Amino acid sequence: MAVRALGWLAALALAAGVATAFGYAPREAVQGNVQRIMYLHVPAVLTAYLAFGLVFLGSVGYLLTRRPGWDRLALAAAEPGVIFTGITIASGSIWGKPTWGTWWTWDARLTSTAVLFLVYVGYLLLRGMIDEPDRRARVAAVVGILGTANIPIVHFSVKWWRALHQPATILGPEPSPIAAPIAVTLLVNWLAFTLLLLYLVAKRTEIARLEDLHAG
Amino acid sequence: MRGATAPPNASDLMIQAVHLRKIYGPTSVLDDVSLELGTGHGVTLLGANGTGKTTLLRILATLVRPTGGSLCIAGVDAVKAPDAARGAIDMVGHGSWVYEDLTALENLRFWTVMGGHDAAPARLRTALESVELDTMAHRRARTFSAGMKRRLALARVLLGRARLLLLDEPFTGLDRAGRKWLGEYLMSFKARGGAFVLATHSFDAGIGVADRVAILAGGRIALERPAAGLGLEDLRRLYDDLAMGAEAGS
Amino acid sequence: MSAYMRRAWIVVWKDMLSERRSKESLNALVFFSILLLFVFQFALGPERARVETALPGLLWLGFILAGLLAFGRTFLVERENDCWEGLVLSPGDKSAIYLGKLAGNVLLMAVVEAVLLLLFTVFFGLDFTGVLPALCLVLALGTLGLAAVGTLFGAITAQLRARELLFPVLLLPAVVPILLGSVSATQSVILGQPLAVAAAWLKLLAAADLVYLVVGVLTFEFVLEG
Repeated sequence: MAVRALGWLAALALAAGVATAFGYAPREAVQGNVQRIMYLHVPAVLTAYLAFGLVFLGSVGYLLTRRPGWDRLALAAAEPGVIFTGITIASGSIWGKPTWGTWWTWDARLTSTAVLFLVYVGYLLLRGMIDEPDRRARVAAVVGILGTANIPIVHFSVKWWRALHQPATILGPEPSPIAAPIAVTLLVNWLAFTLLLLYLVAKRTEIARLEDLHAG
Repeated sequence: MRGATAPPNASDLMIQAVHLRKIYGPTSVLDDVSLELGTGHGVTLLGANGTGKTTLLRILATLVRPTGGSLCIAGVDAVKAPDAARGAIDMVGHGSWVYEDLTALENLRFWTVMGGHDAAPARLRTALESVELDTMAHRRARTFSAGMKRRLALARVLLGRARLLLLDEPFTGLDRAGRKWLGEYLMSFKARGGAFVLATHSFDAGIGVADRVAILAGGRIALERPAAGLGLEDLRRLYDDLAMGAEAGS
Repeated sequence: MSAYMRRAWIVVWKDMLSERRSKESLNALVFFSILLLFVFQFALGPERARVETALPGLLWLGFILAGLLAFGRTFLVERENDCWEGLVLSPGDKSAIYLGKLAGNVLLMAVVEAVLLLLFTVFFGLDFTGVLPALCLVLALGTLGLAAVGTLFGAITAQLRARELLFPVLLLPAVVPILLGSVSATQSVILGQPLAVAAAWLKLLAAADLVYLVVGVLTFEFVLEG
């Protein structure tokens, strides 16, 4: 089955990702090995954005067609999206502790990601409170659409807000030119996470479809 | 099962409901309901409380989406495009759509404008007179009895241009004069080409105005007969048989 | 007036009339604002300087808390009087209802904000007269954004049992940009800086308002349906 193959591919890619992160990428001069967590942090946030893009797609799809498949896509993407957002925040925090001495610094990306986390946890809470499938799908779609439309606005508002108070602290690769090994490692891990997301979404959609069949 | 009257022409069908189903979680409220109603006709929907009368009425009003089946109102697919069908529909349900802090006149003004109709004060007053609420025109609806709120709802219907009227227990709270008025109104509504579905659990009031009587039991229309020639006792007997049969079967 | 505008207007008319008769929301919100003042003062301690530095944040904290109360109740009257169905069955573009409710909320918040500003002036001895026009602009842009999301989410949570819990959970993360922008712009205005300094924030607020309004107008009909 295609989904099973996707799963194996994702597992392979993740293995490659870990290997490159620890074996191939260079040890950072100032921060030491803890900087390797960037290979978890950056792909996680990118994958989270992809997940929420899928939520948007599913939400719009449902409102336009009223086909439950779109709503299942939105749900199936929102759950991993929240998880990947959580991983982003946790890894960012862990990265920041030895680097800046504190667990949390209101860094622009961490803060935006945290707000995103709150938005989509709210989305899942809302879904959990409505039993009727059509109303749940419609209402969640509206919240999902607003949540995604808000992403760039949140990003800019937090970035400017940070700029007012402190210079930007970079939780990411050092400015260009990015050395080849770093770029390759980032790419491999990003690919791995994306494959993992697609596998999770496919699996979750299938489970949701079976749940709907069982309930109806 | 259709009675002696000829079935309505497809071209002037107000309602064409086929195999409607409604499931709420594990409960199946409506199993397989099919109903046809032509313009100028009225059907009384009989059923005890909890048999799904209100649910069926709300599905016909496009307020609730059926889990399965198809529904055409005035020729429009009411499941795919409910908004297009709503212009022709008006409903007098359990809630009378009455804002308690507003006066009778203000309530009418609000709903008339929301419906896109002419809300000239003279028109509103005439409607209030028709339901004998003109003396209460400037009283806040909070002070109204349930029957008065029901009459206010009927005044609202008068001001609209609905062609399909859905009524849920409309005779409750009306006195003899009120019932007579409603009966006459429904007859003239039919004469002008309108159609109505009247849901009730009381046998006497609803039969006289309708052309057909349908009994809802066990999630489906168990019986449908023309109202003419149907005595109260026959009806009661049929109903009891069906109700017991439905209980035994479920 | 087009039929659309007439319907939006009649919703505003109805809500203002109801509010004028019952005075429920306005009284409670004004009283709530007074209470907030005391709470802020007690929380920050007697030093006046602390309150002055925190002023823009306190102001918007007050507005958002009042907004949580006000917007959550947007469709309360429809729910209590069983009128929701009537709105669903009314013909035409449902977004007219959204705009009508939004206008009502903005008017309500305008009164609350004016009262809160007045109270701040009196209790903390502040003087806004020089910056009043600029301040009003910031207040208008911020309130519009809050109300745009608040009205939409108010409709969503109106039909939920746990509406008091879920409404703040949904609203607060969504209006983070409004909060950040409004506080920064208010800070800049109160310090007497020319409007151009806060221009970037004002543009952000305006852009956010536009996005929220568009989403609200386009998606309200899906929320309204039974």
